[in-house]
Amino acid sequence: MSAKDTSYAAVMARKNEIMKASLGIDFDDYMQSPIAFDYERMMRETGYSLDDIRRIQRETKVGDTPLFELRNLTEAVRRMAGPGKGATILVKDEAANASGSFKARRASISAYEAAKKGYKGMIAATSGNYGAAVASQAAQRGLKCIVVQEVYDSRGVGQPEIVEKGRACEAYGAEVLKLTVGPELFYMLLRALEDTGFFNASLYTPFGIRGVETLGTEIAEQVRARYGKDPDAVMITHAGGGNLTGTARGLLAAGCDQTRIVACSVDLGGLHMASDHDFNRKSFTTGHTGFGVPFATWPDRVDVPRNAARSLRYMDEYHLVTQGEVFYITELLTKLEGLERGPAGNISLTAAVAVARQMDRDQIVVVQETEYTGAGKHHNSQLAFARENGVEVRRGDPKDNVPGKAIVIPVSLDQVWGKEQDMEKLRLSYLRNAAKVAAANTWSEADVAFLAADIKRDSAWVRQHMAGL
Amino acid sequence: MSKIEKGTWVEIEQVVLKPEERAPSVPEDTKQVPYVLRVSGFLLEAAELGAEVKIRTIIGRELSGVLRTVNPSYSHSFGTTVPELLTIGTEAEA
Repeated sequence: MSAKDTSYAAVMARKNEIMKASLGIDFDDYMQSPIAFDYERMMRETGYSLDDIRRIQRETKVGDTPLFELRNLTEAVRRMAGPGKGATILVKDEAANASGSFKARRASISAYEAAKKGYKGMIAATSGNYGAAVASQAAQRGLKCIVVQEVYDSRGVGQPEIVEKGRACEAYGAEVLKLTVGPELFYMLLRALEDTGFFNASLYTPFGIRGVETLGTEIAEQVRARYGKDPDAVMITHAGGGNLTGTARGLLAAGCDQTRIVACSVDLGGLHMASDHDFNRKSFTTGHTGFGVPFATWPDRVDVPRNAARSLRYMDEYHLVTQGEVFYITELLTKLEGLERGPAGNISLTAAVAVARQMDRDQIVVVQETEYTGAGKHHNSQLAFARENGVEVRRGDPKDNVPGKAIVIPVSLDQVWGKEQDMEKLRLSYLRNAAKVAAANTWSEADVAFLAADIKRDSAWVRQHMAGL
Repeated sequence: MSKIEKGTWVEIEQVVLKPEERAPSVPEDTKQVPYVLRVSGFLLEAAELGAEVKIRTIIGRELSGVLRTVNPSYSHSFGTTVPELLTIGTEAEA
């Protein structure tokens, strides 16, 4: 261990130097002001073209995943939709990647970059599929791997889904630092980076996000080849924003500029994300509003100085679904389509059902990921665990679902509606957060232009709303 | 109590931050408890459970903490039957 001061304050104070050494990216180079930075140049200067990324990913069993038409589910939606309604629902089976989720795309370029630059290993702080992806990619590139994971509450109890994710990391040969609840995960990441000199395989670097772009280009190519048109909507489970940002960038690179980019999260309103008590009452470990909303409205709250995942830049709509709705659709996917997949990937499938019933029959909606399932990482495990921990589980109207208290599984498919979030409110919330970094009356023309691009609006819109912040 | 042999696969526990050392931003309930780390590795010297020990992790790092578990394993499962799921998408509900 390092002889340096390891108190919380001392380690956090060394954040910038630790980051510089562990990433090989000088973020200062892209900064234009406290508000603005050159996002596109930062993304370009990873030095990898989309063809390079595809080649690198093929080396480590990533990408080229199947795109399936969910014929029975589409039929079921059409039966309850109005005349002429009910878009065709497709799913990109990302569980087919090494390590069982789209996160392999996100880890693959970091692993390649770390090996190329001569790092001995890589580290990621995550409680999700990303840990397994980093471990699996590191194993294939001959790198050591440490995963820093929030696993337990203060009683030493962890949700089965998180415990399974930790197991997967160890299965791929990683050292897993298993921690209790708290935002100090970032502090532990910094300590591990400082102790080892390993590469920071942060979820939020340009490498991580560029790796997801192939998911978007593959969708564009597969849908065009089979249906002779572009997808009308792509549904994306949204947490930290990388899945949405990378996929949307890939779709745009392929020329799908009319495709609706729809974010989807499980509504966990009312639960505190850093609370020891609430930790095991979420029934979802990711893809929920506890990450989705704060990351959309301020991306730069992460383990790198500027986040390459900037979801509001690309998002057209944001749909919320309840826990009960997702568990219902997960079971329906299994029974109707013969596909058993983990719940997190089915968040966007649930929103897709709600959206497809309102779209025309000749339209196409793509659910852009699945994830592997198994012991712990299964909807039955999560529901049984919820019930054991005092959460009520019943069938009924999903509108009665209360996160942490009652999971209400719909009685029938026509109760699956989800709920659309107000995008303008999210954009204003982003601007308010920017105003905390630098007061709105100090924003330059360039700042306003940056902010406008970052929320998919024009400078006039930002100026119109500045006064009210 | 008998000693656990050197080289055994074990899990150690370490209090990383005491309650009063935690990040300023943590909510009240979390602030009451320490920030705790558990990690697995091979035991470097024979020791009893509860002793302060050193381990070598699977990637070769030496870490220290209190010896907590011998042969740590996983017991998560598919969970007990959730009857509410059984009928979804079947004839029983058609």
